[in-house]
Amino acid sequence: MSPAILLLLAIGLGLAGWLVARSRAWKFRASAPGGRLPSLPVYHAWYAGLWVGVPVLLFAAIWNAVSPGLILSHVLSSPGAQDIPAFGMQRDAILSQARAVAEGNADRVLLPEAQALVEPFREALTLYSWMGLAATLVIAIAAGIWAFSRLKPQFAARQHVERWVSVTLLLASLVAILTTFGIFITLVFETVRFFGMVSPVDFLFGTHWGPDPMAAADRPDGSRYGAIPLFWGTLFIGAIIAMIVAIPIGLMSAIYLTQYAKPGVRKWIKPALEILAGVPTVVYGYFAALTIAPAIREIAISAGIANASSESALAAGLVMGVMIIPFVSSMADDSIAAVPQAMRDGSLAMGATTNETIRRVLVPAALPGIVAGIMLAVSRAIGETMIVVMAAGYAANLSANPLEAMTTVTVQIVAMLTGEASMDHPATLSAFALGFVLFIITLALNVVALRVVKKYREAYE
Amino acid sequence: MSEVIAPTRTPAFEARLKKRYAAEKRFKALGLGAVGFAVAVLLFLLGTMFANGIGGFQRTVFEVPIDFSRVGLSVPDTDNDSVIIRSLQSQGLPEIVQFAAEETLGAEGAAQVNSQAWRDVAAQIIADPTIIRRGATFELPTSEDLASAFAGDGKRDLQPLARDLAERGLLVDALDWGFMQRSDATDPQLAGIWGALMGSILTMIVTLLLAFPVGVLAALYLEEYAPRNRWTDLIEVSINNLAAVPSIIFGLLGLAVFLTIFPGYRSAPIIGGMTLALMTMPVIVISGRNAIKAVPPSIRDGALAIGASPVQVVFHHVLPLALPGILTGTIIGMARALGETAPLLLIGMRAFVSTPPSTFTDNATVLPMQIFLWSDQIDRGFVERTSAAIIVLLVFLLLMNGLAIYLRNRFEKKW
Repeated sequence: MSPAILLLLAIGLGLAGWLVARSRAWKFRASAPGGRLPSLPVYHAWYAGLWVGVPVLLFAAIWNAVSPGLILSHVLSSPGAQDIPAFGMQRDAILSQARAVAEGNADRVLLPEAQALVEPFREALTLYSWMGLAATLVIAIAAGIWAFSRLKPQFAARQHVERWVSVTLLLASLVAILTTFGIFITLVFETVRFFGMVSPVDFLFGTHWGPDPMAAADRPDGSRYGAIPLFWGTLFIGAIIAMIVAIPIGLMSAIYLTQYAKPGVRKWIKPALEILAGVPTVVYGYFAALTIAPAIREIAISAGIANASSESALAAGLVMGVMIIPFVSSMADDSIAAVPQAMRDGSLAMGATTNETIRRVLVPAALPGIVAGIMLAVSRAIGETMIVVMAAGYAANLSANPLEAMTTVTVQIVAMLTGEASMDHPATLSAFALGFVLFIITLALNVVALRVVKKYREAYE
Repeated sequence: MSEVIAPTRTPAFEARLKKRYAAEKRFKALGLGAVGFAVAVLLFLLGTMFANGIGGFQRTVFEVPIDFSRVGLSVPDTDNDSVIIRSLQSQGLPEIVQFAAEETLGAEGAAQVNSQAWRDVAAQIIADPTIIRRGATFELPTSEDLASAFAGDGKRDLQPLARDLAERGLLVDALDWGFMQRSDATDPQLAGIWGALMGSILTMIVTLLLAFPVGVLAALYLEEYAPRNRWTDLIEVSINNLAAVPSIIFGLLGLAVFLTIFPGYRSAPIIGGMTLALMTMPVIVISGRNAIKAVPPSIRDGALAIGASPVQVVFHHVLPLALPGILTGTIIGMARALGETAPLLLIGMRAFVSTPPSTFTDNATVLPMQIFLWSDQIDRGFVERTSAAIIVLLVFLLLMNGLAIYLRNRFEKKW
């Protein structure tokens, strides 16, 4: 049975329980002294509905995971299945063709071996779909009987339903922890596998990056997995070039908007900066690749640099800097606004001009917040993918020349995982190791930045 | 009375003051320059996209009159479009179109009629079957080569032909509504974004269905129920960290976990939606918590005082009052998910998808991914199509953000 049918069945049965329980509670109510029950009829309804719907839903989930295996083993135990190959693509093709015909998704099989399996498949599919349906109904009825046996006029249905609600709320908030752990465990697990093939020393300190996805997977050449050029490219593009653009412009816009601009101007300019933050990164990437990179190449050639490449760290870094401006600006905005007005007034009263007040009083006072904002911006920049994929290129260069093509950690993650190598190949696994490094660095930047912001905020409160 | 001169206003002071005022002016100009630069870049970016994108909403077509009264086509009486198209094909519609093109354009021009042009004619016949008794003037898409020759580059030897046909008014750039209705194709003249748009819509539905309930419930738990202890701190820290994790990391998780559990659904909206939901959920939790925090305690106290249970307080009073704020945050999170490409690149949603997906498990691609895929093509037609797709994406994002701002202004209460 398809998951959708089981899902609909669960909802339908739950709804039936809901309706029956509610009408029964109305009857209880009519016969109760004073026409009052400890719980409203709707709680009776939810109690029954949840008791019917949730077990069925759980069963549906388990059945979905288990039944394909059961069907397969049923088919394989049939006489027609003795001749098919024990493993490999041929076997998968035979099985999937027989299944498609049995389900009515295809007219006929292309491989002759599959013909013998069509009937067993059809048989198994029917058998197990009836079994699933029967089990669903049994579970629903059993759960329904249990729920209804407890629904008495004096039953505290509300308290029970509220316990369900509390558990659901807790489960929902645990999803966040689960995701974090999922990310962490996935990255650690695959990274450990990678370090089983390539030494961590080679990876972290080697200066040549050029994994060969076609090479034999069992004995990789460690000297081709040196990630220093990637770390350098990431740093150069995200933390140097982008920040040279974003820090002065972001900071100065924040200062201008908070200290100088008239409210009317501010009202229009602030949303415009927010639009800059809302533009998808793939659009920035396209802009960098289509407009900025060729322009930089033209300029470089006219300046006498003959072999300027059309992909350059400069193009990616500049556009990334533009993308980061709103982050820097809004963080600086917040921390400047958090400086007590008295400090500003005091400085102005002493005869300082506005710009002296800003430079000598406001910015130093807001510095921790601004630094934290810059750290967050850096973490954002080094994790950015599409701009560098589209504009910085795939060539790993260890160079300080911004006109050369450079590659970053994120670009190589994409390159390694969109290639042809299998999931067990060290080239593929290296992407997870790179992801792990990226995760740790951005995590550290964020934790430190949030600490700084918290500490600083407390200082003035 | 003699004139009173302030004793401090010495010439040295005056000079210093002038310098300070000049510095003030410079500083202000610098600030204005920074803001101006940011706005100028934004305008330049949008301007470039629009300048290129206008052409993407058009395509180069031949104006060819076709008279069907002489050939006697018949349209089978069915609602199934593909049956009608197959029937028209077997009745020789492609040849009829080619013949009419030769009559009007000459052999050299007719060779440049797109090989799929008859499908457009068939679509018009399906829309209005009376055409086959009279005939009409059709806009037949040209080949990719002639389109770029008409635009002024591409193959040099086709340019005189393009110029000649254009002078006779047979070759024009016409508005191409089909761009919004077709799917990906290898020929920019035939490419459209409906397939990618549909993929985006399906993916966003999955993301919303997963991230919104979980995000709202988690926000309610953390604000209203959670005891102050280590576990709560751990949940809070992990939500804040998830909001800051680079999006590509979520792609790695989706690849290693979701695609291992569901290996058959590579590049299906359901996997993409699940991956993006993990990314969107922290955004919803954080904005939801702020919205819930903004509901004044007096509401809770009042409800509790007249006998509501804690769950009733939350679901009958706090949640409805916080909902506009939560929805604003949700829309902003969804807008971010709509523009996201990197995680989907890793989980394989970058296939060439020429038929629009109709279920959550079909092969699909999304709008930003279509932009990325097209951006690799050097053909001029695809450059314009890419910019047009970007315009569509930006319009959607603008609509979503506009809706969020409207909700915020319309429903958010100041207590």
